[in-house]
Amino acid sequence: MASALVNVPARARRGEIVEIKTLISHPMETGYRRSQLGTAIPRDIIRRFVCTYNGVEIFSADLHPAIAANPFFVFSTVATESGTIQFQWTGDSGFSVSESAPITVVD
Amino acid sequence: MPAARPRRLGLVGAVLAAIAWATTTWAGDIPLAERRSSYDFMSRETRAMQDDDTANPGLLWVLEGEGLWKRALGDAGRACSDCHGDARASMRGVAARYPAFDPAEGRPIDLEQRINRCRTDRQRATPLPWESRELLALTAYVAHQSRGAPIAVSIDPRTQPFLDAGRAIWDRRQGQLNLSCSQCHDDLYGRKLAGNVIPQAHPTGYPIYRLEWQTLGSLERRLRNCLTGIRAEPYPYGSPELVDLELYLMWRARGMPIETPAVRP
Repeated sequence: MASALVNVPARARRGEIVEIKTLISHPMETGYRRSQLGTAIPRDIIRRFVCTYNGVEIFSADLHPAIAANPFFVFSTVATESGTIQFQWTGDSGFSVSESAPITVVD
Repeated sequence: MPAARPRRLGLVGAVLAAIAWATTTWAGDIPLAERRSSYDFMSRETRAMQDDDTANPGLLWVLEGEGLWKRALGDAGRACSDCHGDARASMRGVAARYPAFDPAEGRPIDLEQRINRCRTDRQRATPLPWESRELLALTAYVAHQSRGAPIAVSIDPRTQPFLDAGRAIWDRRQGQLNLSCSQCHDDLYGRKLAGNVIPQAHPTGYPIYRLEWQTLGSLERRLRNCLTGIRAEPYPYGSPELVDLELYLMWRARGMPIETPAVRP
């Protein structure tokens, strides 16, 4: 199961700075822990997060072990034109989740 | 004159008896107006996390629960929504009334047990294990529909003995530390236990996203956590003792609004 919550303002004025928030469900297993039987628990983390605005990358992050479970990102961008903001999380064991949100820019 | 003496003693005796009754019944109880949700004891940052639906990780489980609500399963091939319809209308205020008396069981059952009862009886599916992601998601989804609704468990002659039993557990000293729940949460709330503020322990936001757990957890998990903390043997999941305690805690928090899914440190 993978679910993500994104918050993008539905409407913004041209040139306005908008805040974008994303939250995704992920265990973020570090790979440094061992089970009760002593076997290593394999690393299972999100490796990369990318956000694009009408196809142009506006924010990205490389993630590493020791980042809390369920990573939460907040960043801002300038509302330039109406369109779609795309979010993509990729990680270990083929983890891949995409989400998108529309934004309407008014003059 | 000599006749007045025993009468005065009788009066004193009655007053003493009244004081004794009052102290045994109400010792340590927090007056209704002074009750505070654990939310009020949290840091500004943690409160902000709970208040923002995109920052509150509990909403991830609510989102998942919404999907499970509509998924047909079991031998009956039915989804929750086939009987209950839109949860936003049908489940409004329901979580605020649990644990509730179940005639088949002859005792109160909590929301998780009710969901599993529906699964086995109506959907003819296997019950979900305690603290499984699916059970937490469904419970969070159902309880989320009661956000803002005042807690109102039904206390009647059928549930009264279980409420009394829950209260007895609350007041009973137990474990190697020989502490009762009441000693910390009625008498010492607002003070510190190591680095943490002791809250009043009102179950207003369950299932909660606990930062210490980095996941969602039920009220039973939290109660077992406290029992381990006082070094007592925790009651097993779904045991009558835990449900009685849940009933007492919900009664104790009567009228307080549901916050599900709450964030706690």
